[in-house]
Amino acid sequence: MADAAVRIATERLSAMYGKSTAVKDVTLSFAANRVHALIGPSGCGKSTFLRAMNRMHELTPGGWITGRVLLDGQDVYAPGVNPMQLRRRVGMVFQKPTPFPTMSIFDNVAAGLRVGQRRPKAELAETVEQALRGAALWDEVKDRLATSAVALSGGQQQRLCVARTIAPQPEVILLDEPTASLDPQGTQRIEELLFTLKQTFTIIIVTHNMQQAARVSDTTTFFYLGGMVETGATRQLFTSPAREETEAYITGRFG
Amino acid sequence: MNRAAARRRRSHFMVGLMGLAVVLAVLPLLLILGTLVAKGASSLNLAFFTKMPVPAGETGGGVMHAIVGTLMIVGTACLIGLPLGIGGGIYCAEYPGSKLATVTRFVSDVLNGTPSIVVGVFAWTWIVATQKHFSAFAGSVALAILMVPMVTRTTEEMIKLVPHSLREAALALGYSRWRTSLTVVVRTTLPGIVTGSLLAVARVAGETAPLLFTALGSQYLSFDLDQPMAALPLVVFTYATGPYEEWHQLAWATALVLILVVLVLSVAARLATRGKFRQNG
Amino acid sequence: MSPSATGSDATLGGARFGDRLFKAALTLTALAVPVLLGFLVFELWAGSREAIGEFGLGFLTSSEWDPVEGRFGALPLIFGTVVSSALALLIAVPLSLGVAIFLTEFAPMRIRGPVSFLIELLAAIPSVVYGLWGIFVMIPFLRATVFPFLKDTLGFLPFFQGPIYGPGMLSAAIILAIMVMPYIMSVSREVLLAVPNTQREAALALGATRWEALTGAVLPYARSGIIGAVILGLGRALGETMAVTMVIGNRHEIAASLFAPGYTMAAAIANEFAEAVENIHLSALSYVALTLFVVTVLINAAARLLIWRVAQGGGGKSA
Repeated sequence: MADAAVRIATERLSAMYGKSTAVKDVTLSFAANRVHALIGPSGCGKSTFLRAMNRMHELTPGGWITGRVLLDGQDVYAPGVNPMQLRRRVGMVFQKPTPFPTMSIFDNVAAGLRVGQRRPKAELAETVEQALRGAALWDEVKDRLATSAVALSGGQQQRLCVARTIAPQPEVILLDEPTASLDPQGTQRIEELLFTLKQTFTIIIVTHNMQQAARVSDTTTFFYLGGMVETGATRQLFTSPAREETEAYITGRFG
Repeated sequence: MNRAAARRRRSHFMVGLMGLAVVLAVLPLLLILGTLVAKGASSLNLAFFTKMPVPAGETGGGVMHAIVGTLMIVGTACLIGLPLGIGGGIYCAEYPGSKLATVTRFVSDVLNGTPSIVVGVFAWTWIVATQKHFSAFAGSVALAILMVPMVTRTTEEMIKLVPHSLREAALALGYSRWRTSLTVVVRTTLPGIVTGSLLAVARVAGETAPLLFTALGSQYLSFDLDQPMAALPLVVFTYATGPYEEWHQLAWATALVLILVVLVLSVAARLATRGKFRQNG
Repeated sequence: MSPSATGSDATLGGARFGDRLFKAALTLTALAVPVLLGFLVFELWAGSREAIGEFGLGFLTSSEWDPVEGRFGALPLIFGTVVSSALALLIAVPLSLGVAIFLTEFAPMRIRGPVSFLIELLAAIPSVVYGLWGIFVMIPFLRATVFPFLKDTLGFLPFFQGPIYGPGMLSAAIILAIMVMPYIMSVSREVLLAVPNTQREAALALGATRWEALTGAVLPYARSGIIGAVILGLGRALGETMAVTMVIGNRHEIAASLFAPGYTMAAAIANEFAEAVENIHLSALSYVALTLFVVTVLINAAARLLIWRVAQGGGGKSA
C-alpha cells in the first residue's frame, strides 16, 4: 500500500465556520485506487474535512480554511484555481439522494457532462450509458431513461447520483454518508459498487457506521473533536488501534 | 356531575356559534357570485365581446374596447413588473443574509400594504403630470408597482422551499452559481413562481383605483399605450355609477366577465403548485 | 483529463463572468423595490408641498373643503376613514376569528381546506365588483329591512337617527367588513396553525373541554399574532377605495348618524383627483394620499412585528 501513488492530500488543513474551528490541523494523504473511510462521532469534523477537499466548505456562509489541499501535487486553494473545474475533478455524493427533480434520468446523468465542453450526441449517450453501468443501474433504468428521476426508489436515486458523479470521469470521489438514508438492501448495493469503482477512482467515504468502514475500506481515519486521531490500514486500525480514544470509539464506549 | 355537563354544553354552544360564523362568512361569496350570474349572464353574447359601446340610452353594444384595454394595460404591467419582482425574489433567496435582501423584503411588505389609490397618485405625479396627458402606460406602471412586491415575496418563499441539498449537488458537479440558480433551483420552483405571478396578475387585473387618473378610460378601441384607454374595472365603475338602466345592465355583465377572469386566474394559480415540492428520500 | 486545475481556459473565464453578470442583474432588480418606495415617498411629498406649505398640520384638523375658495381640511375624510374602518372591524373580527378558530380547531378535516379556500376567494373579488353589488343589492336590502329595524329599536342612540338614505357610513362599514374578513381569517388561521399541538393536548389532558382548551391554552399563545391579523385587516380597510367610494355617499361632513353619508380619504382622492383643476386642490388631495400612506405604513409595520413575534415564539412548526 505504501507504494501506491498519492492522489490527493491535505497539509495542516483547518476548516472554520466564522470563529469556530470544525477541523484542526489535519495532514493526511490518500492513495490512488483505494477506498478510504473517515469515521468518528457526529460533529467530529469528518464531513467538513471532506467538503474542504472539493472547496464546497467555502460555500457555507462563514466557511474558510487554512492549510493546503494537494490534488496530484497541486494546491487546489492556490490563487487562479477555479473551484468549478476542481469540482469536476473531485466529485461528491451526498447523504440524501439529490436527483434533479425537473430532469429525466438521462439528463440527470448528463448534467455534469453538459457544463464542460460540448460533446456530440452519440458520445453523450455512450458516456451516460457507461456511467449508469458503472453505478450498476443501467439494467434497471435503460428502458425509461426519459422518465423523471424522482420516480426511482431511494436506493436507485442514490446510485443515479453516483452515476451522475462518475460520468464526467473525476479522479476522486467523495461520499458523505451515502447510505445514511437507505435501507439495508440499498446500502449493500452501494457498498458493492465501491469495490468496482475503486479500480478507476480514488474514493473517500465518510461514515458513522463502523461496520461499513470495516467492510468497504482499505484505510481508515478516526476523527475526534475536529482533529485527526489515528489513521492506518483498516484491519490494523480496527484490530489493534494505537490510541486509546480510537479503541474507546470502535468498541462502542462513546459516540 | 352537573357542573361538568354545563361546561360541556357551553363548549358545544360556542362551537356551534363558530360554525354559524362560517355560514355567515361564506354567504356573501355565494350571494355576490349568484347575483352576478343572475344579472349579468343574460347580457353575455357574442356582441358583448366583439362590439363597441353604443351612445347612452341605446341598448346593445359591447365592451370589446375594455377587453382589449385590460389585456394591453395588464400585459404591459406584467412586462415591467414580473421581471423586477421575480429577479428581486431570486436575489432575496440567493443572498438571504445581505443588507439589500433585508431591505427589499421589508420594503416589499410595506408596499404590499400600501393602498392602491396611493400608488395611483404616485403614477399620476410621476408620469401623467410630467407628460401632461393621461395614458394607459401610466396605468401599467401603477399596476406594475403593485405587482412587484407581491411577486418578490412569493418568489422568495417558493425558492426557499427548494432543498439546499439540490443546490449543493449542482455546485458539486462543477456548476457555476448562475447556472445552479437558473437551471436547477429556479427551474425546480418554476410552478411556484408561476403561481405567485398568476395571483399577482389576478389581483391587478381587477384593480380600478390606480387606473382612475392614469389610464382614465375611454369609449373607443385603442392600441396606443400613450393615450387614455378603457379597462374592464373602469367600465364597471363608470356604468355602475351612471344614471342609465342599460348601463347598469352592462355593468353587471362586465363585472361577471371580470370576475371570471380573476377567479380563473386565482384557481389556476393554486392548481399550478398543487402536490409539488414533495421531495422524496 | 486536464492535468491542471488552474483556470486558464475560456470556459472558466466565461463562468466567472456569468456569475458576476448574474449577481449584477439580480442586484439591480432587488434595488428596484426600495428605490421605488423612495421615489414614491418623494413624489407624494413633492405633490403635497404646496398644500403642506399653505395649511400645515392644521390641514388634518380643519373641516373645510372648498375647492372654489381654495381652502381645504381633511378632518371629515379622516373621521370617515377611521369610523368606517373601526365599524368594519367590529363586524368582521368576531366573524373571521370564529371562522379561523372553527377551521383550525373543530371542523372535520375534510372541509377545512375547501372552506378556507372559498373564503379566500372573497379576497380575490375586485373591489369595484363589491361596489356594484353594494349599490344594487346590498343597499336596497339594508334600506328596506335592517336600517328601519335599527332605527326602530336603537333609535334613541344618536347613531341611528335621521333620514335613511341608503348610501352612508354604515353601508360602507358593512361592505368593508365583508372585504377585510378573508384577510383577518387567513392570517389568524396561519397563526393558530403555528400553535404547537402540545399546548392543546396539555389542556385536554387536564380535563378541559375543547372550548376551555381553546380559551385557556391556544388563544393566549396566539394572542399577539391574532392582534397582528386584525391590524393587518385594519390596514386594508383604511386604504380600500372603490367599494367605499360607491356606497358611502361622498359628502365632506361629520355626522353622528351612521345612516348619514360620509367620505373617506381614499374615496375623496378617487372622486376628485381626475377632475381637480386648481393646483392647490390637486396638492391637497396629494397631501391626503401622503397622510393615508404614512398611516397604512405604520399600521402594517406594527402588524408585521406582532405576527413575526408569534412565528418566532411558536416556531411555526405545523404551519
